[in-house]
Amino acid sequence: MTAPVIEFRGVALTYPGPPPVEALKPCELTVEQGDFVSVTGPSGSGKSTFLNIAGLLDAPTAGTYLLDGIDIGTLREQERTALRGRRIGFVFQSFHLLPHRSARENVLLAMVYNGIPRAERDRRAREALIRVGLGHRVDAPPTRLSGGERQRVAIARALVARPALLLCDEPTGNLDTGNAATVLRLLRELNDDGMTIVVITHDPEVAACGRRTVAIRDGVLTERFVRDGAVTERSA
Amino acid sequence: MQPSRLHPRDLLSEALAGMLQRPARSALTALGTVLGVGTFVAVLGLTATTSSQIDARFNALTATEVTLQDIAREQNEFAGPAFPADADRRIEQLGGVRHAGVYWPVRLAPGTVVRSAPVGDGGGEPVDVTAASPGVLEAAVPTLAQGRLYDEYATRTAQPVAVIGEGAAARLGITTLETRPAVFIGDQPFTVTGIIADTERKADLLMSVVVPRTTAERIWGEPEAGAASMLIATDLGAARQIAHEAPTALRPDHPEYVKAVPPPDPRTLRSGVGGDLDQLFLLLAGICLAIGAVGIANTTLVAVLERTAEIGLRRALGARRRHVSAQFLAESGALGALGGLVGTSLGTVTVVCVAVARDWTPVVHPATVAAAPVIGLVTGVVAGLYPAWRASGIQPVEALRR
Ligand SMILES: Nc1ncnc2c1ncn2[C@@H]1O[C@H](COP(=O)(O)OP(=O)(O)OP(=O)(O)O)[C@@H](O)[C@H]1O
Ligand SMILES: [Mg+2]
Repeated sequence: MTAPVIEFRGVALTYPGPPPVEALKPCELTVEQGDFVSVTGPSGSGKSTFLNIAGLLDAPTAGTYLLDGIDIGTLREQERTALRGRRIGFVFQSFHLLPHRSARENVLLAMVYNGIPRAERDRRAREALIRVGLGHRVDAPPTRLSGGERQRVAIARALVARPALLLCDEPTGNLDTGNAATVLRLLRELNDDGMTIVVITHDPEVAACGRRTVAIRDGVLTERFVRDGAVTERSA
Repeated sequence: MQPSRLHPRDLLSEALAGMLQRPARSALTALGTVLGVGTFVAVLGLTATTSSQIDARFNALTATEVTLQDIAREQNEFAGPAFPADADRRIEQLGGVRHAGVYWPVRLAPGTVVRSAPVGDGGGEPVDVTAASPGVLEAAVPTLAQGRLYDEYATRTAQPVAVIGEGAAARLGITTLETRPAVFIGDQPFTVTGIIADTERKADLLMSVVVPRTTAERIWGEPEAGAASMLIATDLGAARQIAHEAPTALRPDHPEYVKAVPPPDPRTLRSGVGGDLDQLFLLLAGICLAIGAVGIANTTLVAVLERTAEIGLRRALGARRRHVSAQFLAESGALGALGGLVGTSLGTVTVVCVAVARDWTPVVHPATVAAAPVIGLVTGVVAGLYPAWRASGIQPVEALRR
């Protein structure tokens, strides 16, 4: 039995004020390997805060976070940075592609800091782009790609370092329905291949994709179980 | 878990990509460094070029010149003139001597005038009279405008002949030898045998009426104590040895009566960056560099602010703070080095152009060429310190919110 990918034990984050903002109240959550968790909630409820903690971009102010069984609180900054680079892939609503670099070069960027040998990188970047269905746009600059294609480049970049966890913050927020559907299908395929995925979304259709759905309201995280058509909520 | 790494080659290619992302802006930013480093190279190059020019002249002439001075009276108050009558011959016997001769300025009695006619007012500016054996005239390497030098025979028989410099000829109103002009010193006539247009040594001959040593002794007597000197032209490299041997060759009985002045050591002649103007230009180069540094700092800071999201992304992809700083330092350093390289080329081209225009040999020391791009690099890195520090302080969460 391998350790869960994410294990939150009373994890909370309060932004120091004034006034202090309890962006995430103490919560319990376990995400097993191969899970597909969607996180929903109104704007300002603390979804991104949750994702930043899970992605080691922000440190919780209370509780214990175990990533792959490693207690994050015991790590030094440089170790957390390395863990972030190697174990976590990020997909953002606004893509965050470098406009002056081709799709391939944007994907390459994810391998610069992780000690992946230079000789391997190009092949892996191409493979990742082929995996997201962009094998024919390898050298296109992001400015010549559609929104859906850009997000797929971003997903390729998130995948290329072979992370254990894919964190997506509103991945379809900037996309029309058609493109959103393509991206969703891709995420589901990746999950079918065993990738652990956490997706923040406003979109019920996206949320329905998840095997599990977690709701956040005013910093309180609750898990909704959909069983036999009946929805039950359980506070974490 | 191994810490994140940034391979130097990746750092370099990231820096280059950052620089080439906005080529026009990078070029303008590097301009200050180009000017600063260019001025630096040009000033040092021109200084080296002119001083090597001085060195070349020095080698050709000064290094082959020895002067002997009569200091007999300082050694012994009863001593006579230090240079014997056969001084020229004695010195010319030494190996490596080309020409040698004794000379002294003739002190005329007060009221004695030099003119080109037996009578008439003695107006015009005074003209020097120099007594000189033929060896002096040859050692001076003269270019004759007209006529010829007086010879050994004229000296031996103490003829009343004279060679005059072009400056003196102009003062005396002598323009041509075809009229067989004479020069009157007091009422003593001298036949002018030649007019000297130029000399390579002893340029004061050009303003003089030069008469044979023996003739001067016959008419005005021996030179005053200490007035006589001897000019020796030697082969290249022989001067120091001859300076050593000459006093004994001249006066085996009293070598201490003669003081030899060898050519100065070439190393002491080599002029460094000493001139006021050079220093002013170097100061200017420094100011250009400072302006260049401020320009690079400014552009890099703007780039850091513009690329906040990129910095956040890199941190999310595993970059450490120091990797972010290193990238911006490398970018500003590369800008500085590029400016330095272009500046070095422009400075060198300037030196070559000036040298070609002046018909000089351009000299730029290798150390200058090697140091200049490094100065640019250092300027860039120093300019990048503050922006790089700012970049490393950017929180990934804040940066990615955009
Ligand atoms: N740096 C900060 N300092 C103080 N408060 C903050 C800070 N960042 C976020 N907050 C607050 O924390 C709360 C949660 O913010 P968060 O970004 O997690 O919301 P969200 O659920 O992602 O919203 P959205 O759906 O609009 O993206 C909000 O009330 C926000 O104002
Ligand atoms: Mg959010």
